[in-house]
Amino acid sequence: MPTIQLVDLAHARSGDKGDTANVGVIAYDPRDWELLRETLTEERVKDHFGEMVKGEVERYELPNLHALNFMLHGALGGGGTVSLMTDAQGKVFSTALLRMEVEVSDEVARRARGRGRVPAEFDPAAPVEP
Amino acid sequence: MTHDDTRTIRIGSGQGFWGDDLEAPVRQVHDGPLDYLMMDYLAEVTMSIMQKQRSRRPEAGFARDFPPLMERIFEACVEKGVRVVTNAGGVNPEGCGAELVEAGRAAGVAGKARVGVVTGDGLMDRLDDLLEAGHELRHMETGEPLSTVRDRVQSANAYIGAGPIVEALEAGADVVVTGRSTDTALTYAPMMYEFGWSPDDHHRLAHGVVAGHINECGAQASGGNALVDWWTMPSMERVGFPLIEAHPDGSFVVTKHDGTGGRVSRPVVTEQLLYEMGDPSDYITPDVVADLTGLELEEVGPDRVRVTGVRGQPATDFLKVSIAYSDGYKAVGTLVYAWPDAAAKARSAERILRARLDRLGLTFDEIRCELVGWNATHGHLAGSPPADIPEVQFRFAVRSRDRDAVERFTREIAPLVLTGPPSVTGFAGGRPRAQEIMAFWPALLRKEAVRPHLNVEILEV
Repeated sequence: MPTIQLVDLAHARSGDKGDTANVGVIAYDPRDWELLRETLTEERVKDHFGEMVKGEVERYELPNLHALNFMLHGALGGGGTVSLMTDAQGKVFSTALLRMEVEVSDEVARRARGRGRVPAEFDPAAPVEP
Repeated sequence: MTHDDTRTIRIGSGQGFWGDDLEAPVRQVHDGPLDYLMMDYLAEVTMSIMQKQRSRRPEAGFARDFPPLMERIFEACVEKGVRVVTNAGGVNPEGCGAELVEAGRAAGVAGKARVGVVTGDGLMDRLDDLLEAGHELRHMETGEPLSTVRDRVQSANAYIGAGPIVEALEAGADVVVTGRSTDTALTYAPMMYEFGWSPDDHHRLAHGVVAGHINECGAQASGGNALVDWWTMPSMERVGFPLIEAHPDGSFVVTKHDGTGGRVSRPVVTEQLLYEMGDPSDYITPDVVADLTGLELEEVGPDRVRVTGVRGQPATDFLKVSIAYSDGYKAVGTLVYAWPDAAAKARSAERILRARLDRLGLTFDEIRCELVGWNATHGHLAGSPPADIPEVQFRFAVRSRDRDAVERFTREIAPLVLTGPPSVTGFAGGRPRAQEIMAFWPALLRKEAVRPHLNVEILEV
């Protein structure tokens, strides 16, 4: 089975509460929601982060939003003001999770590959019109 | 007040934090129809900063950007009937209210506007009374009683709900200034007031909480910091902040003014809903516990997302309390290493610096070294640094209860330039600064210990 990065299947947003970072993962395509549910178990996510998450990983489901919410306990070096980390508020734990490699069918790989990355033709110096 | 079931109330977001886009509230008021402007100024760390400012100058201790901002928009707000609800009062809502009255007079609305000042969330002056009365204020995660850090507490405030804001609106306040109101109450208090919701309207209130969660981070709900298709986000140079079109049944539409930049779409709103989310079935506020697991989002037009299906449960008997206490010192030093072998040079510098701190006999509670450009944000997930990495920023941080140790550390970064690995630059910023750490102590307090102290004062401009 082909492997793609989670960044092509889902977008994400993270934030903090004390020493806990949360990561909300949202399927780009509702057809991939079941795949995310099966793949992104608490164990798999805890494994992925390894030493970056000292405590437990908890998962919550928001089926109507095709989203999962993860609480990563003990991820922020003591939290907000105490932490020595650049990302003391866990703002980019979201994209760290999206680095995960996921096995998918050929069909999903074809459809999703490149979905989450900026297209080659994008010109950052050009204004984006509505 | 009549409660017409077809009315729509527009509640716009004007600030997502203290330091947000200063032009956003001006655009919200001028660029389209609006009934309420909410502005959130307070993060956890903000309260302790404000407390420190107030201890040096008794008339300080609030978001000092707010009165000058109101001076710019006060007249337009009064003319258009836009009422403002904000927690800019910080640890000194009275001081903020007094300056606001001056700002109103300077803006030409003397005799035409009222300011409502909400007080009573501050617990600092009666902390010992509370402890003596048996409120232990145990840390919500560790369970330790507050007495273990009592002598180091710098600020203490209860997160208060919508009640006093509604009271101020009923008394005719055009601007309501609070201290540590919850961020979400700034949005749902106007709904309670306008639609006559009672505290038992749990499902409606829970919708209001979600509306507040969407509004409280400013443009983060209208395209700012959104990961989804970010490169397509239009006209971010004039991004429109979100606004809520609220209906009496609780349902609402998230939108923004026509002709502004950014985007309000289902995926953008979903990202904001998940920001700082815990258990989505148990979103606790002072006024209601919201359950978002049945929430439905529907795109009902361009830049229009309708929210329904939120459920509510009765509120708990407690308020969350935010306590800041002094917890040692930290400092961060940086240098930049250039190609060739930039990462190897920076890692050698790390080894040398650790050894020097050791030889000096300095002890730290924590030492952390990151190489910005390689592993600062994603740690080991970033893999090995590319062999030809053009440059890295060496970022070395320490934390200790011992201020002298941290101060000594701040003198150890510069010497690395001439006594360590080569091709090093970027020391123009000078010596790192030792910073006092304000740590947070989240706790719960029974509502009856706060309620009798809440007060609303109405000032005539």
